[in-house]
Formats: sequence, structure tokens, C-alpha cells
Amino acid sequence: MTTVSLNNKESLFVSGHRACHGCGMALAVRHILQATGKDVIVVTPTGCLETFTSPYGFSPWRVPWIHHLFENGPAIATGIAAALKAQGRSEERVVTMGGDGSTFDIGFGALSGMLERGEDVLYICLDNGAYMNTGGQRSGATPFGASTTTHPAGKCSTGKPQSKKDLPAIIAAHGVCYVATASVAFLEDLRRKVRRAMEFRGPRYIQVDTPCPSGWGFSPELTLELGRLGVNCGLIPLFEMEEGKIVSVRKIKRKVPVADYLKAQGRFGHLFSNDAGMAEVPRLQESADNNIAKYALEATAAKGSSVG
Amino acid sequence: MKLIPGAVVTGGTSLAYKTGSWRDQKPIIDRELCKSCGICEEVCPDDSVKAQMGIYSIDYEYCKGCGLCAYECPAGAIQMIAEQR
Amino acid sequence: MWPDVVIEGSEAVALAVKAARPEVISAYPISPQTHIVESLARMIANGDLSAEYVRVESEFSTASVLAGASAAGSRSYTASSSQGLLLMTEVIYASVGMRLPFVITGVNRAVSAPISIQIDHQDTISLRDSGIIQFYVESVQEAYDLHIAAFKFAEDPEILLPVMVCMDGWILTHSYERVSILEQQEVDKFLPPYRPLHFLNVKEPKSWGSYAEDDVLMEFKYSIHSAMLKAKAKIEEIFQELAEISGRDYGGLIEAYLTEDAETILVALGSVTGTIKDAIDQMRAGGKKVGLVKIRCYRPFPYEDILSAVRGAKAVAVVEANFSMGCEGAVSLDLKAKLCGDPNAPKVIDFIAGLGGRDVNIKSVCEIVQKTEEMLRAGIATTESCWVGLNQAILP
Repeated sequence: MTTVSLNNKESLFVSGHRACHGCGMALAVRHILQATGKDVIVVTPTGCLETFTSPYGFSPWRVPWIHHLFENGPAIATGIAAALKAQGRSEERVVTMGGDGSTFDIGFGALSGMLERGEDVLYICLDNGAYMNTGGQRSGATPFGASTTTHPAGKCSTGKPQSKKDLPAIIAAHGVCYVATASVAFLEDLRRKVRRAMEFRGPRYIQVDTPCPSGWGFSPELTLELGRLGVNCGLIPLFEMEEGKIVSVRKIKRKVPVADYLKAQGRFGHLFSNDAGMAEVPRLQESADNNIAKYALEATAAKGSSVG
Repeated sequence: MKLIPGAVVTGGTSLAYKTGSWRDQKPIIDRELCKSCGICEEVCPDDSVKAQMGIYSIDYEYCKGCGLCAYECPAGAIQMIAEQR
Repeated sequence: MWPDVVIEGSEAVALAVKAARPEVISAYPISPQTHIVESLARMIANGDLSAEYVRVESEFSTASVLAGASAAGSRSYTASSSQGLLLMTEVIYASVGMRLPFVITGVNRAVSAPISIQIDHQDTISLRDSGIIQFYVESVQEAYDLHIAAFKFAEDPEILLPVMVCMDGWILTHSYERVSILEQQEVDKFLPPYRPLHFLNVKEPKSWGSYAEDDVLMEFKYSIHSAMLKAKAKIEEIFQELAEISGRDYGGLIEAYLTEDAETILVALGSVTGTIKDAIDQMRAGGKKVGLVKIRCYRPFPYEDILSAVRGAKAVAVVEANFSMGCEGAVSLDLKAKLCGDPNAPKVIDFIAGLGGRDVNIKSVCEIVQKTEEMLRAGIATTESCWVGLNQAILP
């Protein structure tokens, strides 16, 4: 049975995978592959995406795909890119899709090496802010104040005391040609950024906010709603950089208070149940406001409409 | 069936696993209200909304009943009803 | 054939790798292997070798680059030692499981802590459970020949496993020996381009790296063991083919030196076997019936060949430069396990010699044989290993 997606193209990421109901990551992958087309070799380090797509005998990947280990996605991608070059296979491109645990933490060294060497790999981080595959432990990408299983809120804790690692800035500091942030709430914007990234050769990075109903504690039909709230409160700035310069940002048409985003998720529930928790919310609001200022996200009538 | 050395798997074989069994609620599309905008198809994480000549339908073999299509439909044309088993 | 050349061991290995026409080479420095990857880098810089050379940021990545390249259908190579080999352990296990062939030179060096850059075999022996095929060489010539054959072992469709050629750091890598180099066309005939059964490509999308439930995992693991067992015969065949083009017959998985009438047989791996042969010649001249089983291929473990060679002896003295802490030396454990239950088996005594580069010379080998004979006469039944030359006075 042929499965067809929008534009009547055959799906490259088919049904039958074992993602949770409403998984933001699965949705993102469908659109990423729609944008890249079929001539890609995909690498996925260990994590949710790998696990829900690879029980032996059941693969949804209609593109060549490899999962090796947790900390070496960028190095496996490097090896594939080197082989393609050696064999003169210039039409096939390498895309790595990894979670935040692998990208921000355990695979960070390999990622930095890949960027520094200038490998021709598009690295996409599907960011759900924790080690969700293993039950929701804290990672370097977990936002400030979130409760995770290794840093839970409790009588003596209001969840994660550190801010989310600013990985896009670190990637940009490597001097790579394309760095962007995207969200599963804005699918055309995500597809556009993937298509744009594929026009370059060399290391490229896209970080996609992929809300996680199971891990963040919300009902699965709200995945895109959570994505919109995250972007529209300013905590998830959407921008695009080429050769080190910002070329586009997604303006916020109607700004929402950070509390609206936080209240919609179980992992931030403790911030509204006692004084200690409530005292942390302004820090998140400040962080959001700083993003809005830094990336000029506030839409103004004179400056024209948002991109994407 | 004999194992493949290295556990290599042919792409697309997940179609043999029918995730429709995961549902406890199912989406029903009201044809009168549906404007064929395609947003339901776009937002399904499980590639379970199919379009045929502008008519959108749910592939119940795989639909997990997450409710994203119903929530995002701008025409209010999709209702989630309890799954009968 | 080209005339013999006198070259550094590392250079010989680089020439062998070059002759094998790898498409991808990855490199990360660690003493004492670095001269190998540096030689290859010079060849590329001067246009003498055409390969993608990736200068990675850790050994975890050197091995990972090989895995990715192999999965995409390219012949690939790296070299490492000691800490680097331990760091790539996880990658080797995973690559074995995914049946990704590539070749690594394991330049033997002691393992930290305390840190030492001198030789012993703890590093490569630590990988013995992983499923990587392991060879230990005695000389630079053997290293040269085995590196060329290693790619053929790895890529054989019935084997399809990574292969490691282990050679002693400094003693083999940094000394100069006369080496007979093969002509490129002979190598090309012996080693055709890599033709994988499946590889990552957009025409036939396949997925590598599945997870296996408890109903299939044992079978996947058994299939690796089974491939290693079948590999023994295949390796012997390939050695024969190598002998035909090189004129050097290595005999196969082991070399039995003067074992037919030997009463005491030494078992060892690596360059120390050269010293042992010299010691045996000396002892034989004095009337002792001593022999050596040099284990060339350590994994898969060629126990049938070893048992056949040692069966007539009264005692076997394993001389090894590795130790499984809290137990015994690895080679002795492997051998005793396979001899267990054989009523005619010789007594096996384990000698730990040469850790951290401590010299093992003809005198120490003669002393080992003497000690073995004394223990046999006294009927000493200890299974504790004897640590050769241990300075009791300084033990904490």
C-alpha cells in the first residue's frame, strides 16, 4: 500500500512507528524529510527517535538510516560523508537527527569536532529538553525551573537551577555557514529552513523545539499549541543565521506572558504551588524578555511582517 | 524468519505494526464542515491522514487518537469520540 | 617483487595500509602509534595516497568514523594504543554487532594507571570479548603482511567483522627492520575493492542499529560467535593465498616451533616470541626439549591447533604481558578452559612477564623454563600466576 503525504509525494517516514501520542519529534521528522527529499542518509544517535523507529524488523525510515551509539552521531556522520566523498557520491547528503541529550551533553565533543573540521553534514537537534527516552532526566537543554526525574521539585528544590545551555550560540561560535532555530508549531518555517540549509555545503545546524506530551505533562492534542506558546512568550526565539549574520527572525505578533506557557505544563506545575516556586517565574520572564530584545522579536507595524 | 546479520532492516517495514490498536479515542471528519485545507494531514505525527482528490480521511489502522488533527482543524470539522472495542 | 627496504616499523605498516587502498583513514595521536598515522598523512600530503583522512577530536570518534565509512561502503583504517583503544571499546562492540568491517592497528602499550607508554598487552587483550578479530605479530615483516591480509579477513562476506593487528609499541613500531614489500599489482589481485552486501545508499533504503528484544538477542550474539568460528578456516585459506603472492608462509592461526618432541612448551603472543625462539635454540643446544606455540590469531581462539601442538608435552608455560586482576592472565585462562577435562592435558603454569615494558630477555625465558621444570618435579599444584622478576622489596 503506497502512503502519500502532502504534495502527493511518497512518505519517507511512514506509519507504524512507536512514538507516543502527539509526539512533536515524529511530526518534525515527517516534515524534515519532506523538505530534504529522498537523497539523504540519516544518522540518529540513541534516544527517543532511535528507539521508536527501530524495533528489529519494523523501520519507518524510507531513507537509508543508521543508529550506532549515543555519543557519536556526528562522528558516524563524518565517516559517512568521508565515504561519500571518496566514492564520488555527491548527490547523496548526510543529515543527523539527534535529541538534546545526545547533542547538548554526551555527543557534544563529537559535535564540536565535526563543526570545527567543516564536515558536510546537516545536524538537526530535536529538542524536548530532557532524556525523555529513559523517563525524563535532566539534560543541558532542560529549561530553568523544570522538574525532571533527576532534579525533581520538592520541599528543598524548585527544579533545575541552571539555565538552558545556549547551544545555537556555541554552534555559531564555530563559524559554521548556517545556524537556525525552529519549532514544530511552525511547520512551513521548519521546512523552509531545512530546504535553505540543504543549499549549503559544510556543517549546518538547526535546533527544533519539539514539545513532548509525555515528558512535559500536557494532553497530546496540544503539542502545536505548546510550541506556539513557547515561541510567542519569547523563551524559544526563532532565528536564522547565515555566515555568522542573522538573516531572519520570526516576529512575535501577540506576545504572551511566560506564565501562560509554564502553566500549561506539568513539569512547571510546582512553580505555581508555593512561594519558592513563584519566586522563580520572574527569572524565566526576564530570560524571555532578553531574547525578545536580543533578536528584535517584537513585531512593529513599520518593520513589516514576520518571516515564514 | 532468519535473522539478517547485523540486524539490518528494510525501510518501511513499520507498516506491518498497526498502531491503531493504541487508540482510546478516534477522530471523525465531518465532510460538510471540512474545507480540504490539509492542516489535519500536515499535523499528524503518524502520517495517518490521507488525501485523495481533495477528500481527507483518517487511516484508522495507524491513527493513535492523539487529537492533534481535531485540535488544529480551523473549520472545527473533526470530533474526537470514544473508541468502541 | 620490490627489493627489500630497511624501514621503520610504523612506515612499513603505513606502506601496507597504502597498498590496501583504503578510502577513509581516521587519526588521533597516541604514543606509540602516531608514526603510523603521520606516515599516512605525509603520503597524502605528497599525493602518494588518495584517501579521505579525518583528523578527529578523540579515539571514540576515530573508530566511529570507520564505522560510518564502512556502513556507507568504504574500506577504512585507523591505529591506536592503550587509552585510545579502551576509549573506542564501545564503538568496537557496536560495530561488531552491526557487522561493519574495518582494520585497526592496536599498537600495544600498557594501560593507565599508573600511566606508562611502554609495552604490554593489557590494552588489546581487554578487547577480547568484543568480537573483533585479533592477530599478534612477531616482526615488522609479519606486521606488513598481516595488515594487507587483515582487510581481506574483515571484508570476507562470511566474516564481516572488524580486525585488529596488534604489534608491540616501540620494539616493532620504532625499530628499523629489513622488509620485503609487495608489488601493488600483486596486492590488487589478492585484495580486490570492497563490495559490501548492504551499505547505506539512497537506492535501497535500509536501517542499521535496531534494538532487539529478548526473543532474538541471543541469536544475534550467537551468530557473531558462529562467524568467528567459521572464520578460522577462512583465515587459513587467506594465509595460503598470501603465501602464494609473497612467498612467505605464515602457517596460519598459530606457529608451532620445535614442539613435536618438546617436554616443556611455552605459549606466547607478540614480539617476545622472537626472543623465546632464540632462548629455545640455546636451551636445545644444551639438550633441553623445549618448544613454543606462538599464537598469531588470538580471537577467534585457535584452541584446536594449540591443543594439537601441546598435547605431547608435560608442561605448558604461558608467558604473557597482561593480567585479569583478581584472577589470572587471559591467555592462561583461555587455554586452561579448553584443556579442562582432557586427562592427557599438560600442566599449565601462568607467567606474567614484561608488564609496563619490563625487559623479557633470553635469560628470563630460560629461568621461566627452569621454574616450570622445578614446579613439575615438585608436583606443585598452584594455580596462582608467577609474576616474573617481581621486586618484593618495594611492594607496598
